[in-house]
Amino acid sequence: MIHMNSFWIILFHTYINKLKTKSFIITTLLTVVIVLVLTNLTNIIAIFDKNDGKETVAVLDETGQLFDPFNKQVRAINKDINLTIFQGSEAEAEKAVEKGTYQGIVLLGLNDERLPIATYKAKSIADSSLFTDLQTSLQQVKTMLAASQIQLTPVQLEKLYEPVSFKKIALEKNAKTEEELNQARGLVYVLLFIIYFSVIMYANMIAMEVATEKSSRVMEILISSVSPIKQMFAKIIGIGLLSLTQLAVFLSVGYFSLTQNMESLKEGFFGVYGFDNIPLGTIIYSVVFFILGYFLYATLAAFLGSLVSRIEDVQQMITPMTMLVVAGFMIAMFGLGKPDAPFITVTSFIPFFTPMIMFLRVGMLTIPVWEAIAGIAILVATIVFLAIFGARVYRGGVLMYGQSNSFKDIKKALQLTKNE
Amino acid sequence: MLNSYVKGRGVCEMVLKLEHVRKRFGNFTAVNDLSLVIPEKEMFGFLGANGAGKTTTFRMILGLLDTSGGKITWDGKPIDYSTSHLVGYLPEERGLYPKLKVRDQIVYLARLRGMQKSQALSELKSWLERFKIPEYENKKVEELSKGNQQKIQFIAAVVHKPKLLILDEPFSGLDPVNVEMLKEAVLSLKEDGATIVFSSHRMEHVEEMCEHLCILHKGSPVVHGSLKEIKRSFGKKNLVIHADFPLEFLKNYPGVVRSKPTMEGIHLQIEGEYIAEKILKEIVSQGFIRKFALEEPSLNDIFIEKVGDSYE
Repeated sequence: MIHMNSFWIILFHTYINKLKTKSFIITTLLTVVIVLVLTNLTNIIAIFDKNDGKETVAVLDETGQLFDPFNKQVRAINKDINLTIFQGSEAEAEKAVEKGTYQGIVLLGLNDERLPIATYKAKSIADSSLFTDLQTSLQQVKTMLAASQIQLTPVQLEKLYEPVSFKKIALEKNAKTEEELNQARGLVYVLLFIIYFSVIMYANMIAMEVATEKSSRVMEILISSVSPIKQMFAKIIGIGLLSLTQLAVFLSVGYFSLTQNMESLKEGFFGVYGFDNIPLGTIIYSVVFFILGYFLYATLAAFLGSLVSRIEDVQQMITPMTMLVVAGFMIAMFGLGKPDAPFITVTSFIPFFTPMIMFLRVGMLTIPVWEAIAGIAILVATIVFLAIFGARVYRGGVLMYGQSNSFKDIKKALQLTKNE
Repeated sequence: MLNSYVKGRGVCEMVLKLEHVRKRFGNFTAVNDLSLVIPEKEMFGFLGANGAGKTTTFRMILGLLDTSGGKITWDGKPIDYSTSHLVGYLPEERGLYPKLKVRDQIVYLARLRGMQKSQALSELKSWLERFKIPEYENKKVEELSKGNQQKIQFIAAVVHKPKLLILDEPFSGLDPVNVEMLKEAVLSLKEDGATIVFSSHRMEHVEEMCEHLCILHKGSPVVHGSLKEIKRSFGKKNLVIHADFPLEFLKNYPGVVRSKPTMEGIHLQIEGEYIAEKILKEIVSQGFIRKFALEEPSLNDIFIEKVGDSYE
């Protein structure tokens, strides 16, 4: 009876004590603020933009005939750019820019072939989107002028400009449409981030927790009451609950905030990466891979944590593990653009990468179900192996003190538990 | 001789039995062929220098380490997690959660030993009263002095009223007042019926408190049995003489094993009582003898004899 109980006692002790720590509360609040800022980004940008998003550019037109077509083109590209003819010298215009009246000046002229040339002047040339819009517009004007110079009729001109008809059709039966792919990409992107940060953060927390108990030497009392294996798993699940609690807070804040701002967000990032009607399968896969990824790295972290005797050594000990997570994340980021690359296919079966990369594949592609299941099976097998191996190391590791920051300690820890 | 003693007592239920226990770490032998019987409700002392194998033995008794050979049983079964609520353990390396309040700490550890929260709290309160530190209940451990932390640690080991209590160096690092306080607590636990095994490198603690003891040296038991019997079978006695005439000549007196001159006279270790008789006859005519005392050998004497050098 005491057997069954102690597992839950440790689990809730870990959960509640972590929940109460200042660092946990602060991290959660900070992240909630970040989530709120991100989901309200368009509103916030609007508040800080005193010109209501409009940019005014002064135009000095030497030719007296370029302004009108130029202005027309600019309007067509971006309604928020306001062009005005500047009556005065170039020096005066520069002063006005410095004062902030204008974002920049465009000097328009004609070259020897009677085609437009221009110079753009601004306080800094960091704002490339404004420049690009202006350049594109002027390019159009130039093309128009050049076309009329070689005496093309408007009909000919139209033919020249008519966009080519180019459709994308996926041959696979369930292949995702372009729209679905964008949607999946956005979702996978967000979930990859969640998996990445959670794994790093909570695996760290577990390693720290174990190392703290070990360095404070309370471990020996603990393992004389409850088996180390049970302790290890109670801790992993306790912190797992903690992570789910935190995620639930973030997701509900994010969801609430998003539904409040749906209108304004439709235009921006969220319009491209739509989040309405997320496929149920993707959600289920994300939960499965999140949980499995967590268990894999949590088990690894617990047994690495059991090998150090000073808290200062924890970071050093788990660095290789963190590297694995980072590598997986990098590969996944690359894979977002090219999910069907052979490299991505291969790495999705490597258990340390599976939670992120296999998820990327099921989210973005239509892969055979057996591939996903095979990936999950390898992952589960690895977790079981790590748990058994890790539990043995943990059992010896928690009794081992002294200089311990090399992987030789794993051997030593195993030796401690061996019956000779 | 220990076995005969135990048999003599008749029925022994909760006996802790170590049979030919060995422990090796690679090529290093930490404990070698240790056989002991610790009867129920006894106080048993382990003596030995650092590295003698005391902590390793305790860890094997508790099942934290597997033996490399031999058998350890308590009440006929090995100690494992199914009996952990009956066992209390004070590890040599003290440790509690530094950030946790005394109360939360003890309740947590007691619950892991199968105790109810309310029960644990009332036990904790009475222990804190006893140690005259009731105001520490809601303090974090890191705010307490080292001595008080040790008391809390002791409470953590005994709060669940264990039947078997293993104390690894319970008195080390304490001032004399606290040592007395803890000794009394240990003795009262024994009176309440707990079997207590404790280790110390301070001979006088073991000498004072234990009926039975074992001296470990480099992993091997060099002496074990009841204190009285060990002393009797040792044979040698100590003789203290204070006199106002020179006593140096006794150094080479036949039957004198060791001698140590003191300010007032001399301390001798002699082979037996009959040597004292002879010496007395010899010196009684030489002058005034202020003190002539024949004493039982101390554990320290026995240890020096068995192991070859002192560790104090």
